[in-house]
Amino acid sequence: MKPNRPVGLVGYGAYVPRYRIAAKEISRVWTDGHGGVPVVAKSVPGPDEDVITMSLEAGRNAVARAGINANDLSAVWIGSESHPYSVKPSGTIVAEALGVTPFVSTADFEFACKAGTEAMTAGMGMVGSGMANYVLAIGADTAQGRPGDALEYTAAAGAAAVIIGPAEESVAVIEETISYVSDVPDFFRRADRPYPVHGNRFTGEPAYFQQVRSASAALLAKLGMTPQDFTYAVFHQPNARFPQVVAKQLGFTPDQLAPGLLAGSIGNTYSAAAILGLCATLDIANPGDVILMTSYGSGSGADAYVLRVTEAIIARRSRAPLTERYLSRETMIDYAVYAKWRNKLVMG
Amino acid sequence: MELARHWRQRNARYRLEGSRHSTTHAVAFPAAQGSEWLPYTLSGRGSVLTYAVVHQASTGHDAESPYIVAIVQLSEGPRITAQLTDVSANEVEMGMQVEMVTRLMGDTGPDGLLLYAYKFRPVL
Repeated sequence: MKPNRPVGLVGYGAYVPRYRIAAKEISRVWTDGHGGVPVVAKSVPGPDEDVITMSLEAGRNAVARAGINANDLSAVWIGSESHPYSVKPSGTIVAEALGVTPFVSTADFEFACKAGTEAMTAGMGMVGSGMANYVLAIGADTAQGRPGDALEYTAAAGAAAVIIGPAEESVAVIEETISYVSDVPDFFRRADRPYPVHGNRFTGEPAYFQQVRSASAALLAKLGMTPQDFTYAVFHQPNARFPQVVAKQLGFTPDQLAPGLLAGSIGNTYSAAAILGLCATLDIANPGDVILMTSYGSGSGADAYVLRVTEAIIARRSRAPLTERYLSRETMIDYAVYAKWRNKLVMG
Repeated sequence: MELARHWRQRNARYRLEGSRHSTTHAVAFPAAQGSEWLPYTLSGRGSVLTYAVVHQASTGHDAESPYIVAIVQLSEGPRITAQLTDVSANEVEMGMQVEMVTRLMGDTGPDGLLLYAYKFRPVL
């Protein structure tokens, strides 16, 4: 899919909280330290952080990079599965704080880990049709894992924002996108339940691998491209291994993957994960570089994009903190503090 | 629940909106009243003038204890009292350069509002 009017990313912004818990600290509590762990550490939101506050910082970074007036945004869309309210849009608070209100479209998107890229694709339509010049699309999550569950090792927190705008103003032009969706019971959470459930045998092959592979391969086939045509590739990263396996299956090299592979040090940032990997990749990309980004959301589906980096990246990336700046401020906490901050203690 | 009070302060709390005098260009936060004062969003940059480490947390802030409350000298002139975040008591010092972030300031309960407001953290 691509709109008649070419579009791209005119700005982007990352956010990762300061705090980390080591996966080995979680395994110390639940498995006496036995068994392998899927990541080294995961990011943990501070006690005063949630999807709204993280979206806002990522959004402010994206606006700063774009160099536009926040008032020029026609939409503020936030994809997440951990919106702080069940009913009351995160988007209204973020839009108000950005100073974009009142003439702006806001909505909260939900599609497990690919809610952020759903907002991105919708933004392509909005800008590509000429209805809008700039759309802010954000993926953010403070993911929840049941204590002791396999998900607890990776369920992390972060946000990533992109501003979709005209291709001629972009740091990266979106050449094409594709969405691949099917009904797979790999991971779900019923309304009013605190923790999600994963459908064990569905997690890998019929869910993540099949959907990510299919979306990516179909997009490459449509454009007549091969993995060798790309400088970098970013895949959704529920752990450190999955994106590396799918990259190999598709024919991408570890070098192409390296700049955007963040899960090992911060875990799975859910709706932010793929876009955050893209932010980290744009931080080091050169004009002319070609990037494949494929998100994945349980339930399930994948959105794939081909982006071509422009000259504008040089001047614009230093206007906001680089992703590495957030990754490098690591403050480790233990399981007790983690349990306190994540409301896992019953206070009676 | 004081919905109206929280709602009225949203621009000041979310984005540090004060006011600026149309002729003298003096900046006020919280916003000064009067027709010559126009809404003005402050940069959020400043420095820690002084601070206190709070160990006896106020109601609803137990999980954050100990937390730091500072008087911040904003670069536009006004001084404001605000919580510091993303910094521990042994890292903070007077004169430290800080920047505004919007964070969760309070939770009025399962049937109430989440309150968001400015805090300050060491410049990233």
